[in-house]
Amino acid sequence: MKNTTISDDCAVDIRAVRKAYGAGESAFVALDNATVSVRENEFFTLLGPSGCGKTTLLRMIAGFDYPTSGEILLNGSDITSLPPFQRPVNTVFQNYALFPHMTVAENVAFGLEALGKPRTEVKARVAEMLRLVQLEHLAGRRTNQMSGGQQQRVALARALAPQPKVLLLDEPLSALDYKLRKEMQSELKRLQYETGITFIFVTHDQEEALTMSDRIAVMSAGRILQIGTPREIYNRPADRFVASFIGETNFLTGALHGVANGKAKITLKSGQSVVVNAASDAPASGDVTFIVRPEHASVVEGSGDLRGIVEKVVYFGTDTHLHLRLSGGEAFTVRQQNGSVSGSAVEAGQAVAVAIAEGAAQVVRA
Amino acid sequence: MTSANDLTTKLEAVDARRRWLLASPALLTIFLAAIGPLFIVLAYSFLTPGDYGDVKWQFSPDAWIGVFFERDIFDDTLSLATAHVDIFWRSVKLALITTVATLFFGFPTAYFMATRNERSRDLWQFLITIPFWTNLLIRTLAILQIIRNEGILNTALIKLGMIQEPIQILFTDTAILIGMVYVYLPLMVLPIYASLERLDFRLVEAGYDLYATRWRVLRKIILPLAKPGIIAGSILVFIPAIGAFVSPSVLGGGKNMMFSNLIELQFGQGRNWPLGSALSITVMIIVMAALLVYVRNNSAKDERHA
Repeated sequence: MKNTTISDDCAVDIRAVRKAYGAGESAFVALDNATVSVRENEFFTLLGPSGCGKTTLLRMIAGFDYPTSGEILLNGSDITSLPPFQRPVNTVFQNYALFPHMTVAENVAFGLEALGKPRTEVKARVAEMLRLVQLEHLAGRRTNQMSGGQQQRVALARALAPQPKVLLLDEPLSALDYKLRKEMQSELKRLQYETGITFIFVTHDQEEALTMSDRIAVMSAGRILQIGTPREIYNRPADRFVASFIGETNFLTGALHGVANGKAKITLKSGQSVVVNAASDAPASGDVTFIVRPEHASVVEGSGDLRGIVEKVVYFGTDTHLHLRLSGGEAFTVRQQNGSVSGSAVEAGQAVAVAIAEGAAQVVRA
Repeated sequence: MTSANDLTTKLEAVDARRRWLLASPALLTIFLAAIGPLFIVLAYSFLTPGDYGDVKWQFSPDAWIGVFFERDIFDDTLSLATAHVDIFWRSVKLALITTVATLFFGFPTAYFMATRNERSRDLWQFLITIPFWTNLLIRTLAILQIIRNEGILNTALIKLGMIQEPIQILFTDTAILIGMVYVYLPLMVLPIYASLERLDFRLVEAGYDLYATRWRVLRKIILPLAKPGIIAGSILVFIPAIGAFVSPSVLGGGKNMMFSNLIELQFGQGRNWPLGSALSITVMIIVMAALLVYVRNNSAKDERHA
């Protein structure tokens, strides 16, 4: 049963899904032309700020909302218009939505009983689930007498008990404090590994998304902007929003002269030029925006790629941020690792040269 | 040391006196409106009936014997007062049916109200309470107009050709029930609405998500969570229904007595105030005992759950 490799088989296929509230000109489009394929056994994250449509999409996969147009397929069969109780999909709700009038065991048994499983099987499965989330000793407890972390585990056990094809998680960690959140993150990864169930996870926390996901879909204002692995999303953001939403970024603009083999030369205002990655759909010439992550730049002896003056030095313990003003007038941040105890020799007011790591500059859609 | 102690005791005494004085309006109200009258009724039940109503200040257990037994006119032997038992059972039966019927109509109404958006909820709540502003007697007489043989209902049914002869509803138990259900419905709707309004509808979604059909969600999630409201509503309907007076006397036509009509009879034509008092106390004790047993049972069940 356990199958921990991500296969190319598609678990959930979302095809051109659109959700609009109201009609005509005044309609509010919560989700526009969303197309995603979530693979079997994948930990897939929908990432975006609140109101970007990620919860709307999740609710449509669960069956609480229906798309205005488009279709949703589960293992190849159309579930777009099925009611939630006919979909082999379970949800972990943002505030857990545990049944307050039932014990922990009764909560976990609810889905199995609704499916009409025989009593002995229900009992065994509930015990197994409570063991999985390490709550066997609290089986008889009422859920309102439990801590947030425990309630979270009950919600997970309850949603996993009927062995859904896909588990949907709607910002399940947002109500927990920092330490507990870290703990539950690795707990979730473990559960996904052990159960071999496809997880679709909704969050607005970019760090959570980067550390947990196999793939991420970044969303904003009802649109999916980019789908990719955490590395792709971080290192090769396709879009200005994606680049700014995930991690810290320096944005620079300059004139592009022709793209060849995915590379292009950009001339900055200061006259210096930088070699950047450019996708094939990038404009062939004209002014473009490109990004450089602060940790991909470093202060060097000699000429470097850029020149600037250090305005501020901020010490962060593990690293130091150097806020520069480039010779063209742009603000630019360099993050240097504090590899030695002796400290950085760079001081405010100093003129420095900056080198950009090979292949680190990237053209983005404005 | 002693003087300081004396001072504290004195201050405490003043304080205690002041507290009693401040509490006196509340205590007076409770005594005059609740406990006092009850003692008068209790005292009357042990006295001898006066010739033209009222009581003679002379101890007699006859009223209490009369509640449960009837004395044979010829040989003075006692036998169970079957007439009283019958009337009591009628009252309980009609009150129970009224409770079940108001629950049947009231729950969907309350659910409907609780699922409206917040602004229109107030309007629905207002509409439900409007009948309270009309006198009970007038509302009951209006029901009488509708269900009497020449009333709207029978006329309409005859015009539609569904019946040839008018159906005799007035002066039957059905008439009493229609009246009581109509009058007590808001008392069922409002407490259920109050508990459904607080219901977290994400729990309903969670139920659907876990493969529960609509019927199962209603049975396993909504009804258990609305239970406090259902219990409150049932008590609020059952207690006044068992002592209902206007509906049975107007719609029941005097033949189909309920307990309060029997009591009224003793104070009026019967001129037997002690028997009326004893009957009042009897019904009160029975209702209280039933409630106690019910509440005790319920809390025990909850504890077993916890």
